[in-house]
Amino acid sequence: MRKKNFFLRTGMAVIALATAFLQPLQVSANTNEGSYTYNYDYWGDYMDSADFYNSCKVFTSSELGLDVKLKNPQGLFADGNTLYLCDSGNNRIIELNRVSPEQLEVVRIIDSIKGSSVNTLNNPTDIAVSEDGNLFIADNGNARVVKVDKDLNFLLEFVKPTDNTLDPKLVFQPTKVVVDTAERVYCIATGINKGLIKYENDTTFSGFVGATPVTFDWTDYIWKKLASQEQRAKMESFVPTEYENIYMDYEGFIYASKARTEDQARSDENAIRKLNLLGSDILVSNGDWSVGGDLYLGSGGGYEGPSILTDITVMDNDIYVCLDRNRGRLFGYDDQGRMVFAFGGNGNMDGYFRRPSAIDHVGHELYVVDSLDNSITVFVPTQFGELVYDAIEQFDKGQYEASGESWKKVMNQNGNYDLAYIGIGRALLRQEQYEEAMKYFELKYDEDNYSKAYKQYRKIWVEDHIVIIVIVILALFLIPLTIGRIKAIRHEIDTADIFVIEKKG
Amino acid sequence: MIANTKQLDNPKDKYFDSLKFAFYCITHPLDGFWDLTHEKRGTYAAANTILFLTLLIRILKLRFTSFIFLKVYWEDLNIFLYLASILFPLALWVVGNWGLTTLFDGKGRLGQVYMATCYALTPYPLIQFPLMIFSNFVTVDEAEFYSVVSALSLVWAALLVIAAMGQIHEYSAGKNLLFTVATLFAMLVMIFILMIFFSMISQGVAYFISLARELMFRM
Repeated sequence: MRKKNFFLRTGMAVIALATAFLQPLQVSANTNEGSYTYNYDYWGDYMDSADFYNSCKVFTSSELGLDVKLKNPQGLFADGNTLYLCDSGNNRIIELNRVSPEQLEVVRIIDSIKGSSVNTLNNPTDIAVSEDGNLFIADNGNARVVKVDKDLNFLLEFVKPTDNTLDPKLVFQPTKVVVDTAERVYCIATGINKGLIKYENDTTFSGFVGATPVTFDWTDYIWKKLASQEQRAKMESFVPTEYENIYMDYEGFIYASKARTEDQARSDENAIRKLNLLGSDILVSNGDWSVGGDLYLGSGGGYEGPSILTDITVMDNDIYVCLDRNRGRLFGYDDQGRMVFAFGGNGNMDGYFRRPSAIDHVGHELYVVDSLDNSITVFVPTQFGELVYDAIEQFDKGQYEASGESWKKVMNQNGNYDLAYIGIGRALLRQEQYEEAMKYFELKYDEDNYSKAYKQYRKIWVEDHIVIIVIVILALFLIPLTIGRIKAIRHEIDTADIFVIEKKG
Repeated sequence: MIANTKQLDNPKDKYFDSLKFAFYCITHPLDGFWDLTHEKRGTYAAANTILFLTLLIRILKLRFTSFIFLKVYWEDLNIFLYLASILFPLALWVVGNWGLTTLFDGKGRLGQVYMATCYALTPYPLIQFPLMIFSNFVTVDEAEFYSVVSALSLVWAALLVIAAMGQIHEYSAGKNLLFTVATLFAMLVMIFILMIFFSMISQGVAYFISLARELMFRM
């Protein structure tokens, strides 16, 4: 009995000691977490922010009332109030009706189509809906993108492109698909890095568009030259990276995201490309930092490396939201490429993710699919978020005064929010209050806008003071001139014959 | 040029004359730096003044240059380290140059090397001060002017330093360039030795501190 007690006591002591030693470790692991929502300032310093979005509800299989539980959902597409969720693991697509952000209703479950040789779906990873209401499904396991009408009657099938440069053994696995107003199809397929695969609306393959430019260091090149065959095989090859995901915005531009290497992230390269019809990148990147998620790549909570933006969605106010599957975060950027918000994280709580896979929006609400949690998280903007959106939208509509007022309210709620200062400045600039605008731009180191304001300010100043300026310039020329002239005359008088003679005399 | 050897008995006059001589040095480096030591036209007071002005302008620039050209992260700024970024290389240069040239027929003394180097810095305050004021009246489109003129002041000062060393030590152009490069290497060597020295000292101190701690712990 005594002996047992002794063991118990030592055991307790050991546990107590161990916890005492472990505690500081656990604390230090958590301290790098700031607030849920944050932003970066000009210096790249992490700035806590008021919450921009709140998670409103998390829909799992039971909330949706599904008999068969969701399994590895990969895609989400919003068409008005209709949401299409690709339940890839169960080979089906679930059509949902969004009644409100807190209520999603299952309309129908699409697990087969009519009139095709293969009538079932196999691992559908993405879906897109055209303006005419036809569905385009990336039927990954069946090596096709299939086009069906809204009653699921088979219409067309887009298969592996007939292109000589493609490996004949390569199995065509379309992962992501978008469709434009003329029902041309753009898709990404596993193992094809030549860009987006573009099909005409009659299924003919019309080429690859928008391959990512190949970049490499000259030092890498030299190493490669020196390396042996085996070493070379292990190195990264200089080939374009595959896109992670694509999204077509309301204007028909394709936003494509790619995973960046650590070097690319460090050299501040954009992870998002905005492709026009020719496939060239027209993304505006006027922010202090690149469009690519987190600036700090160090490990924290077991995650390291650059953000991997796995999906994008573009709202009607040109703000695009990127989903980082590495750290489970959402990043919003405005049309100038400046970060509007960043929030989220990995975890089990509502508003955190385990392995997010897709994002889409309805209005300002965000719907995020988690492929490991098998859930849809709905985010609605907070009052602060709505204020920012108001300010941006008012500016786009030309209501500069109202926009300035909204930005001031935003600044009252979050004084560390750089966009608010620049927003007030831009509104003042449009109202021709240049001197005020310059102050706001200088506070947040916005040299381009400052220069715009200063140029006008300087012009007005010169116009107002033109008389004084002319007088000063004239004086600068005339005074030395007259002095010289007087001196010359005096010299002439002094050396004039009559006076010299007189002096001598 | 035959040196203008007027006698200045009043030390105040001598000071202003030697300060004014800096303008002659930067426009006529070969003549100027020869006369600086050989005709005793330069004074330490003037050299110190020029160095002080250089440091002063360097600090003023932080605050009064337009943010378009110079964005200061005030939270991380140590004014002493910032000043040391001029003083430390200057000291290394002076000592390194004198140490080398004194072994290879250099005629300049340590003080003269210091004086000539300080005189050669004159273009920096001279150009940077008006440039600092000018920077507040330009936009990003006109930023090129600023950067070109700013670079000019540095290149000018660097060329003057080289020219000054040649004249002080009575070196030919080739030998002068050779010793300029050699001095740069000497600076690197000195930094290396200083680093070893400091790490050794700190390790030595740490050893005795830990020894004392151990003793205190045992007793």
